[in-house]
Amino acid sequence: MRRYGLRTFALGYLVVILLAPVAVIFYRAFEHGFWPAWHAVTTPDAKHAFLLTIELALIAVPLNTVFGVIMALLIVRHRFPGVGFVNAVVDLPLALSPVVVGFSLLLLYGRQGWFGHWLIAHGYRVVFAMPGMVLATIFVSLPFVVREVVPVLREIGTDQEAAASTLGSSGWQTFRRITLPAIRWAVGYGVVLTTARALGEFGAVSVVSGRIVGQTETLTIHVQAAYEGFDLVGAYAASVVLALLAVATLVLMTLLKPKEETR
Amino acid sequence: MWQAGQGGWSSFWDAVSSPEAVAALKLSLTVSVLVALINAVTGTAIAWVLVRDRFRGQSLVNSVIDLPFALPTIVAGLTLLTLYGPNSPVGIDVAFTRTAVLMALLFVTLPFVVRTVQPVLLELDQEMEQAAASLGAGSFAVFRRIVFPNLLPAILSGVAMAFARAIGEFGSVVLISGNLPFKTEVASVFIFGRIESNDSVAAAAVSVLLLFISLGVLLAIGALRHYATRFDHA
Amino acid sequence: MGIAARNVTKRFGDFTALDGVTVEVETGSLTALLGPSGSGKSTLLRVIAGLERPDAGTVLLDDRDVTGLPPQERGVGFVFQHYAAFKHMTVADNIAFGLTIRKRPKSEIRERVAELLALVQLSPFGDRYPAQLSGGQRQRMALARALAVEPSVLLLDEPFGALDARVRKELRVWLRRLHDQSKVTTVIVTHDQEEAMEVAERIVVMNEGRIEQEGGPQELYESPASEFVMSFVGPVNRLDGALVRPHDVEVAIEPNGATEEAMVERIVHLGFEVRVELVRADGAPLWAQLTRDQEQELELAEGQIVYVRPARATVFDH
Repeated sequence: MRRYGLRTFALGYLVVILLAPVAVIFYRAFEHGFWPAWHAVTTPDAKHAFLLTIELALIAVPLNTVFGVIMALLIVRHRFPGVGFVNAVVDLPLALSPVVVGFSLLLLYGRQGWFGHWLIAHGYRVVFAMPGMVLATIFVSLPFVVREVVPVLREIGTDQEAAASTLGSSGWQTFRRITLPAIRWAVGYGVVLTTARALGEFGAVSVVSGRIVGQTETLTIHVQAAYEGFDLVGAYAASVVLALLAVATLVLMTLLKPKEETR
Repeated sequence: MWQAGQGGWSSFWDAVSSPEAVAALKLSLTVSVLVALINAVTGTAIAWVLVRDRFRGQSLVNSVIDLPFALPTIVAGLTLLTLYGPNSPVGIDVAFTRTAVLMALLFVTLPFVVRTVQPVLLELDQEMEQAAASLGAGSFAVFRRIVFPNLLPAILSGVAMAFARAIGEFGSVVLISGNLPFKTEVASVFIFGRIESNDSVAAAAVSVLLLFISLGVLLAIGALRHYATRFDHA
Repeated sequence: MGIAARNVTKRFGDFTALDGVTVEVETGSLTALLGPSGSGKSTLLRVIAGLERPDAGTVLLDDRDVTGLPPQERGVGFVFQHYAAFKHMTVADNIAFGLTIRKRPKSEIRERVAELLALVQLSPFGDRYPAQLSGGQRQRMALARALAVEPSVLLLDEPFGALDARVRKELRVWLRRLHDQSKVTTVIVTHDQEEAMEVAERIVVMNEGRIEQEGGPQELYESPASEFVMSFVGPVNRLDGALVRPHDVEVAIEPNGATEEAMVERIVHLGFEVRVELVRADGAPLWAQLTRDQEQELELAEGQIVYVRPARATVFDH
């Protein structure tokens, strides 16, 4: 009997906080029918925002994946002084407010920034342009692949790799044939998380991009702009697109999840 | 990176102690603490129901927990605003109030405690609980003396992460709270405002403060992780 | 009657773990439930403890019907194979747990814990944590913990299964002595027939959810009720539809009327015993157990032809 009480409490909480809000978005977006929503989401600005978001993800995700795997290998396999520090730095994006991240980039690469100073003089625009947005996206989605791969690497241990090298396998071959297959699900899961984060980033990119409509507006920024411009249907429609991407992400996450979470 | 705390200590202090800044920081801190505590309870309850209970749709619920990780924060804010703001289909309007801020933060921090507690609960040797029962402990005593002490480190870990996330949260709060200074403006929104009005010093000052709090929390998480496993090694 | 389980049935899905099992254990005795995995012995123990609820049947402890009672109210002490130590508490707190729950005065608890630590020879380890103890020490702690609340019945579920051979042997002797001192009705579950024979006064042999035979160790060995019991309780050879104990296989150099020809395939020296692996003329394998002296007298060699005769063969009707 107590079990039903607890169950109701937990599930009820989930519905109120999580499920009902998301359901309502779909409702509101298609309240006036499918076509108005479709039109709202296929305006030039919206399309551009969508493409920009995808582009950013396409750059950030592969970079972070490669970086993540390398970092994970270093952290787990090579004891070096300052490992703890590197670990903490990798975790940093998770603890930092996105606004602070964006702001830091502004300070570094803006007109009066440490690097910005020099870069702008040489004709490179970083902030209020693509490069800045790319940097922001990379930074906020940095930790995921590392964090997923590290525990798996630790757990599988070096035995298999040692066996491979006694059989004549070179470093690269061992990596390709032994290590990589062993971590591929962790990497996959990490990639999904990275992608979700990159697609959904709002705060850091907002600050760094200057939110110039049609140029440096990502889909998430577009949602806010539409809402504040009273284009409610546009805002909801764009949200539906993002929500669908989120659901796709969830499905992939569920499929790739490394461990069991229910009995 | 935060070196724009230039202008000296006094202007830093001025910026940080301006009434609006203080209000924003206070709000962020109190709401984040509250959110962390609420999550400690609800997160553990949800984890328990997912691990120890059996019902249909359980794995679906398990997948749904990760929704706040997958959904962009701005969309989360918009959905909450739609459901619990003006024109709400269920007639609840908490837009532009602190409750709204609380709800937005509860949404984005939901998975943290659940996901740290779940694996520990799964690994927990149920024979310890059975042994306690055979020695005469009732259900509540078993929970209090056996289960809870073993879950506590995981709960704390999750709580720390939830707090770190909540205190810097921007996207989900920016729509539903209305960003009314002194009322519903959180620290991150305040910083954003200062950036827009080109007040770098104020923005930097509060950023630095938030940064220190974040770093503090990171260290705490690290220490907790070590504490958590102290019974597992001699 | 210390423990009486009557007509207990327990199913897990399609699998019947216990099929109308009835067992009675005398007060103050040390009984073993012996059987292979899946025989239902652990399930029966857990039903007695209240950790499992039977689908049918009753359980009585000291003539009190406890069938509907949760484990908290049965007054049983239970010891798990993997210790179930409260890893976040010290050894002393572990042992004190039952008393702490019953809200006994601190001084009483301290005294009793000290007594028990001495009883299980863990006195210097009171302030350590279970993780700092060896397996054998942890199990002794678990025993002390179970005994602390003076249970009327002590139940041990393969208590030495997770320990290495030497520690296992030590603890068996130790358990016997403990029982002689405390005289608590004790039931131990094991799949190790040697352990059962060494430790228990009475053995209940189980297989596939039913009881095959009950009796003292000698009785089970000499007069097994079925093929299963005979082959489980000691080694056997199958010869022409009968079961023969290896030490009942007589080996001779010269034939005499009743013997058969066999060739020595291998001689294995196991300290005091010698195992002689043989193969008969028709290809059937068998092995004989000889003492060192017997083997030396015969001076056997591999490949040698010898003459064997079962001194005693047992046949069961199926």
